[in-house]
Amino acid sequence: MTFSRRRVAAIIVKELQDYRHNRFVIGTMAFLPVLFIALPIVQLLITPAAEASSKLDARVGLSLLYMLLIPAFVPSTLAAYSVAGEREQGTLEPVLITPIRREEFLIGKALAVAAPTLTISYAIFGIFLAVAKLFAHPGIASAIFAGSHVLVQLLFTPLLAGWSIWVGIAISARSSDIRAAQQLSIFASMPPLAIIALIQFKVITPSTGLALALAAALLIIDALGWRAVAAIFDRERLITGSRR
Amino acid sequence: MGEVGSGQSATRRPETRSGSAADSLAPAQGDHALTVERLGKRFGDRIAFDDVSFEVGYGEVFGFLGPNGAGKTTTVRTLGTLIAPTSGSATVAGVALSAENGQAIRARISIMPESPGLYLRLTVMENLRCFAGLYELDDVRGRIERALRAVNLLDRAGDPCGSLSKGLRQRVALARALLNDPAVLFLDEPTSGLDPVATREVHDLIGSLRERGVTIFLTTHRLEEAERLCDRVAILSTTLRLIGRPDELRQRLFRRSLDVRVRAPLEDHKAVFGALPEVEGWEQTPSGYTLNVSDPDLAAPAIARALVAADADILSISESRHSLEDVYLELIDEDVEAKRP
Repeated sequence: MTFSRRRVAAIIVKELQDYRHNRFVIGTMAFLPVLFIALPIVQLLITPAAEASSKLDARVGLSLLYMLLIPAFVPSTLAAYSVAGEREQGTLEPVLITPIRREEFLIGKALAVAAPTLTISYAIFGIFLAVAKLFAHPGIASAIFAGSHVLVQLLFTPLLAGWSIWVGIAISARSSDIRAAQQLSIFASMPPLAIIALIQFKVITPSTGLALALAAALLIIDALGWRAVAAIFDRERLITGSRR
Repeated sequence: MGEVGSGQSATRRPETRSGSAADSLAPAQGDHALTVERLGKRFGDRIAFDDVSFEVGYGEVFGFLGPNGAGKTTTVRTLGTLIAPTSGSATVAGVALSAENGQAIRARISIMPESPGLYLRLTVMENLRCFAGLYELDDVRGRIERALRAVNLLDRAGDPCGSLSKGLRQRVALARALLNDPAVLFLDEPTSGLDPVATREVHDLIGSLRERGVTIFLTTHRLEEAERLCDRVAILSTTLRLIGRPDELRQRLFRRSLDVRVRAPLEDHKAVFGALPEVEGWEQTPSGYTLNVSDPDLAAPAIARALVAADADILSISESRHSLEDVYLELIDEDVEAKRP
């Protein structure tokens, strides 16, 4: 039997229906990004209009880097729940009894986490841009919209989300406890946070080359992620808790 | 291995199936829905089950009995390709049990686990739609309606599963298991934790599936359930201890006997029963005597005449009935005795 998009779609639809019936999950997902947007907006609004262009560019760049934490952080708990949660609720076995392949199951789960993550991340970024346009000094607003800032944001959001989702699902597939999985998956967000910290502390200087290198690395990780997670997804261990 | 019968299945009819994702597979071959040969599973040093062999015919309801921890669920999971066996071989719905054939086997069977495993926030319809998608079924609406009608839940399709009672959830799980029109339906402790009313509902549903010719592999430790529903039963206690029709098992394990109830004990029962060639042995019971005989029909008139001649007031003479529970307990007791140092 070949890879079935219909089975992937069945998993995605089920997950989205679950979110719809449990809006609290999406509510709490959106709560963290609201905190993340507060700092960049405050920075944006208090930046003096007469600030030197180099300083202004750095400030804008840092604000946008904060925004990139959103796709890294937001999916971690959902991704960590994806396998361990089903297992804990006893719903994993009935699904694995069907002809679904582990790759189909995992891609369905990943896309179901990616959908709200990207929606929230882009929505928050849209809010940020709207606030900048409406309330920030025109010079600062034009600095945000100028150059490659927006493009970088649009490009890195799915790449970072992909990283976080696959690491979260990998942890979920190997964890015997959902709480442990969720706590561990927070670490998935640490590498992007570390890069932002290094930029903020001027240990590394942001550049187009660095951005391209990071994007390429994330793309490779995201593309290989599902294969790596599929390799560690062991039906028997997940069902019985025993190793062969 | 303990005392194991022939394991020959009571094949009723070859199964023909239509409309499911499994249609693309080669049709089921042979007369047996399940053929299991010396199958075993170990988890490290622990033996879950070992050296298990049996066959199940299409349309048969096969009971798989055993105490907790006997390996029943592990056997079902192994046959359902969720777990890889460590020894032996099997054919499930005409497909050889192997890692490569896992997807093909899972398309042809259904397993209803002990816990319904429903998505509680989703409605009954949403749950079933998800699984119809996972089986890549056509005519999804029609199939869901038929499955819900089979379990008498058509009017609850829009209800969230979390709002249903345990018995109703079990029925939804059964509807889910029927969606793909399985060649073999595995029911793992389907009445576990249910109250008597819900248990009877599930029994009635299994009975109706049986009438429709669905092949059912029923694991249970409820013996009256197995006796009522199953054509044949197997008793597992890590290894297969016994297999056959419930009445066959009784005959195999217990000698035939007559229960004689009399108003008062006989003055000299040794003289009365000892003189009868039809009686092979006897023991006194609170209400009379139990007599071991080889042919109850032949022995009963002779015993009645002897008792009348001895001036006994006969209340009744009837053949002793041993339940499946007696068979089960006898075997499990043997196991306990055997394990004692």
